[in-house]
Amino acid sequence: MESRGLRIALRIWVALVLLFLFVPIAAIVLYSFNRSNIETWPISSFSLHWFTVAWHDSQVRSAFLLSVRVGLLATAVALLLGSAVAYALHQFRFFGREAISLLLVLPLALPGIITGIALNSFFSFTGIQLGTLTIVVGHTTFCIVVVFNNLIARLRRLPGSLAEASMDLGARGWQTLRFVTLPMASTALISGALLAFALSFDEVIVTVFTAGAQNTLPLWIFGAIRLGQQLPEVNAVVSVVILLTIIPVVIAARVAGASAITRSARNVPVSRSRT
Amino acid sequence: MMTTPTRSFARRMTIALGLAAASIIAAGCGSSGSSSQPTGASAAGQTVPTANLPVLQKIGKGEGQLNLIAWEGYLGPIWVKPFEQQTGCQVNAKYAGSSDEMVSLMKNGGGGQYDMVSSSGDADLRILYGGDARPVNINLIPSWKDFFPAFQSPPFNTINGVHYGVSLQWGPNVLMYNKKDFPAPPASWNVIYNPKYKGQVTVPDNPIQIADAALYLETHNAALKITDPYELTQPQFQAAVSLLAGQRPLIEKYWALASQEIFDFKNGNAVVGAGWPYQVSTLKASHFPIGDAIPSEGATGWADTWMLAAKAPHPNCAYMWMRYISTPKVQAEQAVNYGETPDNKLACGYMNQLQAGSCAEYHANAPLSYFNSVKLWKTPIATCDNGKPDCVPYAGWVSAWNTQVK
Amino acid sequence: MAWARVSAALWRRPWARATILLTPPLAWFVLLYLAALVVLLITAFWQINPFTTNIERVWSLNNLTTIFSSSAYRGIILRTVGMAAAVTLVDAIVAFPFAYYMARVASSRTRTMLFVAILLPLWASYLAKVYSWLLIFTHNGFLDWGLGRIGLGQPRLIYTNWAVFVVFCYLWLPFMIIPVYAALERIPASQIEASQDLGARTWRTTRLVMLPLALPGIVAGSIFTFSLTLGDYITPLLVGGTSANFMGNIIYTNIGIANNVPFAAAMALIPIAIMAVYLLGARALGAFEAV
Repeated sequence: MESRGLRIALRIWVALVLLFLFVPIAAIVLYSFNRSNIETWPISSFSLHWFTVAWHDSQVRSAFLLSVRVGLLATAVALLLGSAVAYALHQFRFFGREAISLLLVLPLALPGIITGIALNSFFSFTGIQLGTLTIVVGHTTFCIVVVFNNLIARLRRLPGSLAEASMDLGARGWQTLRFVTLPMASTALISGALLAFALSFDEVIVTVFTAGAQNTLPLWIFGAIRLGQQLPEVNAVVSVVILLTIIPVVIAARVAGASAITRSARNVPVSRSRT
Repeated sequence: MMTTPTRSFARRMTIALGLAAASIIAAGCGSSGSSSQPTGASAAGQTVPTANLPVLQKIGKGEGQLNLIAWEGYLGPIWVKPFEQQTGCQVNAKYAGSSDEMVSLMKNGGGGQYDMVSSSGDADLRILYGGDARPVNINLIPSWKDFFPAFQSPPFNTINGVHYGVSLQWGPNVLMYNKKDFPAPPASWNVIYNPKYKGQVTVPDNPIQIADAALYLETHNAALKITDPYELTQPQFQAAVSLLAGQRPLIEKYWALASQEIFDFKNGNAVVGAGWPYQVSTLKASHFPIGDAIPSEGATGWADTWMLAAKAPHPNCAYMWMRYISTPKVQAEQAVNYGETPDNKLACGYMNQLQAGSCAEYHANAPLSYFNSVKLWKTPIATCDNGKPDCVPYAGWVSAWNTQVK
Repeated sequence: MAWARVSAALWRRPWARATILLTPPLAWFVLLYLAALVVLLITAFWQINPFTTNIERVWSLNNLTTIFSSSAYRGIILRTVGMAAAVTLVDAIVAFPFAYYMARVASSRTRTMLFVAILLPLWASYLAKVYSWLLIFTHNGFLDWGLGRIGLGQPRLIYTNWAVFVVFCYLWLPFMIIPVYAALERIPASQIEASQDLGARTWRTTRLVMLPLALPGIVAGSIFTFSLTLGDYITPLLVGGTSANFMGNIIYTNIGIANNVPFAAAMALIPIAIMAVYLLGARALGAFEAV
């Protein structure tokens, strides 16, 4: 449909946007090789020094492990609770359905600082001590929303006819869920879980208010930024994290990504369009 | 597979939600919970809520962890690593950039999370009277006997003979300047108020900076009759705030994190400003031509204490830390690396071993006159030194800083 | 078997199934999240002891009147909303052609690669990304150096609101691209073909057919960009200068530094109110069907 000129213009635009997105990332990686501990432009000397420093830093290791632990916990709970509420909202009609939908948008629609200070006041009000558990509570709240959003978007696009057919063939509610609905929704669950983990891993604003004396990786990074004496170490750590995540993100994109969504959407017979 | 509307279910849900909300609001209106102090603004006449808590009699086995709230640069690996190896107490650092942050983090006795805080004089009394600090058995800290008399039981960490921590080090807020732009050290603080350096000045993002302006006016506007930069009557206060408001166009960035000032000097975003010796030491270590000075008007400063949190979860490690950080060698290491003055008399020799001439450079053996020339941070309260309630309390400083200066 | 009986009993009572499914997540939300928000809202009407900064449960409207009567605070609110609106607008404009290309022009393989490309920045630490913008914007930094070499002069953007604006646009761009892409990708090809059969060329089809159909996606993305900008304090703290005083900064300094929780809570009421209005508008525009 689009003219050749338009296609070329769009390609240039896409290239520029990609450049915009990746120049700072390239800067992060570049500065991890900066020998000096104060960052300036241009870089005076390069070295791998900071990678070895990061490797031997026990604070980095414990912060990284805590972030992973919190992320896994939050994502796991979010998967359970998020899919439960997505399924319930999709299946049943009842008064208050809209209100619950709105309630579930709040953690993402309200700025993170509000969630943070609300939880902080609540914990001090009820005497709950800040610690790993409170960090997980803060993260799980928005992770549930992410999983819910992904899942309900997919559930809405699934034709009800398939589940009904399964019932007609004698499957019970639980079996239909397990053999028909869940497999079709699985890619949404995977992408929801991935996005939830990513958001939890990089979360700093809510975590500042819900953490005790321990550091997640973003909190450690913030402390290092305050100190200003080991900034390239931060870059080294972040570069390694980016590297570690390229592989799962690529795999997930192939499994649950763009093409899979479009393919599944086109194959399933929908009442409108092609017929 | 869509079901028909289920009204009874809906009704049940609504009732449940309503009850939950109502009970929360009822709890909020109830009594007790977070403690509230009487609205007296004066420190005198108040008692420290934790004064009668029992002190540790003997240092037991270390708990393996120690959570410290500290100024950036107070937990250098050079002296922290040997401590961790000797005692097995793993140090977890939480950096705070202002006294206010420290008071906030220490709320609720440290929240059961933090063991100690390296608070300055202007935070100490607030922490003490808020019931967030715990009495310390000073006899368990042998090096205390070698402290300068002025820092053994100073009024900001010892009330009625009860110690709530051990004094640490003290130092000035210095004038920092780029030696390339200032071949000779500036003689007066007026360089940071000079429009010639528009866009190249940087000062801390901290309401206590108003005291620096007041100190400047003490010399340059004698009509105001300022004697104590922390006890300011309304006209004196307003003059200081106006001076700072006038300085605002000269400033590109108020630094909130120590690293911001380091970055700005190194990258040429600022050439002159007010800062801590930590920034100076870090820039010097990276071979940057940074200079620091205390101009003729004098300087504000701070005297820090390692204060023990009321709900410290690792008291044995905390005492081991206090014992360690007050020894002459460690005092010297911190003093030389940060750029401040140790409280232990015996540190001087060690300082010169680490860096020749550092004992004199950081005034570790200086006479009382130097000590008196630095106006140490203290919390501004409504009652002036003369007993009259004319002075502006700290809450007014915060408000003015956020609305009139910034 | 007993399980079959339970299953059958549950099938006949849909409300029981709904209750089992809904109770845990709702309990979480109501008892933790909503309760926390309610506590915060109540705190906005209390005061603190000025010396010890402990909360005193004295009901008063002081905090709100202070905010609305002070021109400094009013200015801060306007500046924050203005910045959020500007970031949302620019991100929508930048995202649309990108999402259009991804949804309708790119091959399947290219689409997957582009998807990975916009997800990857989300995995790089937010703080590290903001800090590298500092290095790009600083005097004689990457931007000054680059523009200087091609003769465009040195903008010296660091510590200005322009820097804050660019960094916000950068940070939230993926959050705008993804929903817009999802909305565009869902438009059936038949509708485009029909529009062309009726004589409309590309621009008219885009304007009259695609844009309205993509609008829910744009609005959904704008919820993210708007609310993320509204409450952010770290970017203005790191990259902003003396005029980078936003609502998030006031809330943060009041709770984390001045320990004036009631005032911070009162200030927090404003973004809550703004987002409530925004969400109602977004719902009217169909955003919640799209995401």
